[in-house]
Amino acid sequence: MGFFDEWKKRNESRIKETKFTLNLFRHSFLSMLGLVLILLMILTALFAPFIATEHPNYVTLINPQGKRVTEQRWEIHFDEKLEPPSSEHLFGTNDYGYDIFSMIVYGSRLSIKIALMVVVTALIIGVVLGALAGYFGGWMDELVMRVTDIFFSIPGLILAMAFTAALGRSIEHVMYAMIIVWWPVYTRIIRAQVLKTREETYVEAARSLGTTDLKIIFKHILPNSFAPLFVQVTMDMGAVVLTAAGLSFIGLGASPGTAEWGLMISSGRAYIFQAWWYVFFPGMAIVLFVLGFNLLGDGLRDVLDPKLRR
Amino acid sequence: MKELLKVKGLKTYFYTYEGVVKALEGINFDIYKGESIGLVGETGCGKSVTALSIMRLIQWPPGKIIEGEITLDGKDLLKISEEEMRNIRGAEISMIFQEPMSSLNPVFTIGSQITEAITLHQEVNKKEAEKRSLDMLNLVRMPDAEKVLKQYPHELSGGMQQRAMIAMALSCKPSLLIADEPTTALDVTVQAQILDLIQELNEEIDSSMLLITHDLGVVAQVCDRVAVMYAGYIVEIGTVKQIFKNPYHPYTKGLMYAIPKIHVETKRLEVIRGVVPNLITPPSGCRFHPRCDHAMDVCKKKAPPTVKVEEGHYVACFLHGGVK
Amino acid sequence: MKLRDYIIRRLVLLIPILIGVTLLTFTISHVIPADVARHFAGGAKANPETIARIREEMHLDEPLYKQYGYYLNDLFHGDLGECYTERRPVTEAIKQYLPATAELTIIAMILAIFIGIITGVVSAVKRNSWIDHVTRLIAITGVSMPIFWLALMLQLAFAYKYPILPLDSRLGIGVVAPNHITGLYVFDSLVTGNFTALKSSIYHLILPSITLSFASLAIILRITRSSMLEIVRSDYIRTARAKGLRERTVIYKHALRNALIPTITVAGINFAYLLGGAVLTETIFNWPGMGRFAVAAVNNLDFPSVMGFTLLAAIVMVTANLIVDLLYSVLDPRVRLGD
Repeated sequence: MGFFDEWKKRNESRIKETKFTLNLFRHSFLSMLGLVLILLMILTALFAPFIATEHPNYVTLINPQGKRVTEQRWEIHFDEKLEPPSSEHLFGTNDYGYDIFSMIVYGSRLSIKIALMVVVTALIIGVVLGALAGYFGGWMDELVMRVTDIFFSIPGLILAMAFTAALGRSIEHVMYAMIIVWWPVYTRIIRAQVLKTREETYVEAARSLGTTDLKIIFKHILPNSFAPLFVQVTMDMGAVVLTAAGLSFIGLGASPGTAEWGLMISSGRAYIFQAWWYVFFPGMAIVLFVLGFNLLGDGLRDVLDPKLRR
Repeated sequence: MKELLKVKGLKTYFYTYEGVVKALEGINFDIYKGESIGLVGETGCGKSVTALSIMRLIQWPPGKIIEGEITLDGKDLLKISEEEMRNIRGAEISMIFQEPMSSLNPVFTIGSQITEAITLHQEVNKKEAEKRSLDMLNLVRMPDAEKVLKQYPHELSGGMQQRAMIAMALSCKPSLLIADEPTTALDVTVQAQILDLIQELNEEIDSSMLLITHDLGVVAQVCDRVAVMYAGYIVEIGTVKQIFKNPYHPYTKGLMYAIPKIHVETKRLEVIRGVVPNLITPPSGCRFHPRCDHAMDVCKKKAPPTVKVEEGHYVACFLHGGVK
Repeated sequence: MKLRDYIIRRLVLLIPILIGVTLLTFTISHVIPADVARHFAGGAKANPETIARIREEMHLDEPLYKQYGYYLNDLFHGDLGECYTERRPVTEAIKQYLPATAELTIIAMILAIFIGIITGVVSAVKRNSWIDHVTRLIAITGVSMPIFWLALMLQLAFAYKYPILPLDSRLGIGVVAPNHITGLYVFDSLVTGNFTALKSSIYHLILPSITLSFASLAIILRITRSSMLEIVRSDYIRTARAKGLRERTVIYKHALRNALIPTITVAGINFAYLLGGAVLTETIFNWPGMGRFAVAAVNNLDFPSVMGFTLLAAIVMVTANLIVDLLYSVLDPRVRLGD
């Protein structure tokens, strides 16, 4: 018998359970729709140069030091200003005569970058602090938890707004501010999970065998915290993009001209009654992006929750 | 004796993700006026489904009563409207459940939950209903009844909660009381008290009782007759005396031998080998045949008919009749 | 524990949290910016005299812990600093703008709770019907939509294309604000019997409050639906049915009463998110409230105002949490205060 067969035999019940889970998931239309939306976004971002009809070559116009960044195509195409959607410009053009479709396509790169950066960094901070607080308890737990209390007592968007204002406006600072706002969420989830699993018999057993704390955390506790964390992370990918768009809309994010969805809506606002497409399509891009992650997260929650699955 | 309730050919299925669970495969039995009948069997054999089917409380989806008749005083409960059925639930037939803690609504007081049942079925004003609730609590010998009226379920012990459930179930003097494992979740010391109470009150208000349990000792103590269920079928039915003294069906015999006896010296406790079958793909023919020591070829092919073995004692097994 | 004692205890426990919040706002305004004085003076274009004056006033040459001491001291005396954009104390600006925000968020919350609970219950009862699918889809889209985009789309549809609702602000042109009692126009005009103002203010509230409530509505709907689904399978619902109760009574009395417990918790948390949403909604609907004020402050780097607003948001949030806990103990007899 080959190694694979043996493995298969040993993990029979687990494989059956996973198959059941996957099957449930496949049969949920909305989860699949979410997955498709996310894949579409990723493909768009990867192949942006091939999909976009023109290069929105006007990223940062003025850098944080107040200097002009070179090689900007900053001319206004007067002849193509605010054109409605047509076969040439699928989603119409903006007040500079640029193709909105192309800007949205390139904007997907920025959105994915923001979502990944913020969620992953906040996750790392949150996991480390949450695991330490939950596993060791005592003063460390008290300290970490009180700090999360403080962060939780200010609405996220408002706190991120204040932080970005202090750091100075730029898309990087929006990301930093959001990381600062987001980590307590993961800290709390991980801590709760650690507290729950810490008392489980198999962890007790591992400890009595003299396994080191670090090994227990990584081998036994964290893998078991996976399910709730995975759902939260998926949903947060969308929530981060929503918040970032909000901050951009206020004027705290990318500098004017960047192909960033929230900012596009903000600049289109002045033309809302003349050129609905200027606001509509970037907004739809955000909706589809966030919807994809929310549908996926929702589906995952139903599938991973033992109470709801059957 | 006159029949109060007749169950004929009752089939209840559950349509689940894994497949159709054939929980009841056409069961027949009667409940006579004033008697106590026990329904025994292992977990998952369809005892509770029988009770809920009689109450017409099988929730769709996934459950559904496929066919059969349930007649109460000549009225087919499966044919009447939902509204007529509502007037029967809680008034003509009421029910006590296994877990008193989760069966009482946690956010309403005991008093309001009993009063609600009374005002629903009896033409009394609120004040009178409250008075009757107190009477009922006193009847079930609830300590400190007046105080309990204003208390919430979580403030009572398990035994007191079950007393409250009994008070609620008997508040409209039903002609049939269905008790679904009423003592399983309780402490051993409280079990006997609650059983005595149910038996006594049932006689007092002269109602019949269907007692669902997996405990043959309870049946021997409380019931007049017993029906033994196995995997969606009633395999044997008769008086307590008949069944305990002279069990015919191999499964019933197995259940009897599984009870430790004090006076007889046995080397080890007999158990029925094998496990309860999966009701989605049940065994063909007699559902007990894979676990039966006496299984014959015919048992795998056909479901055995129910035959009379003595007055009032019926069994469904090819060993004792039917076409071989 | 008595209610009064409980509230007092909770308020005492709030003190360290609020001190923590001030530490956070202090860090944001005094530690993070590279040149605090310039920041407070209005950024790059500030003149050197102003910068020097501010450096003096804010004791910026002293060590940080002393600066924090001054900051706390000011806060204790109700001094949130000077609002640079409007050249008056921040507290005065807050006093002026708060009622508009309060009115908008309260109406939005009421909308979200009522519609959210009703649709959540219907969705759960008619599980897997087309009503359920549609409400779920709306719910999940609701939490996926940028609130400012929704606002613009609603403006486009109902104020421009089919002009049946006003575009922005709190009252129609020429409508005099009702006599000031609470500053909530709907309430004030109702009390003073000023029906012109009442009509106009309700009319102006429709679009902004719908916009603001949408995301919270979706979240409340979701939690109501899922807790209803869990509850209708519970034993006590079976008991309620076995009693012979009508399905309506079973659902709206026995089940809903229990489902409200998690719903209220979620609604409370959402009240704080509404404040964040108000920032964006007010900006678009030109609503003269705290949110619009905060955005203006952020864009003008008016730090005392931004910090004042942040502090206020924290106070509202912890108060909302306290109210939720109190409601919780009222709704759920199993919860005893102080446990």
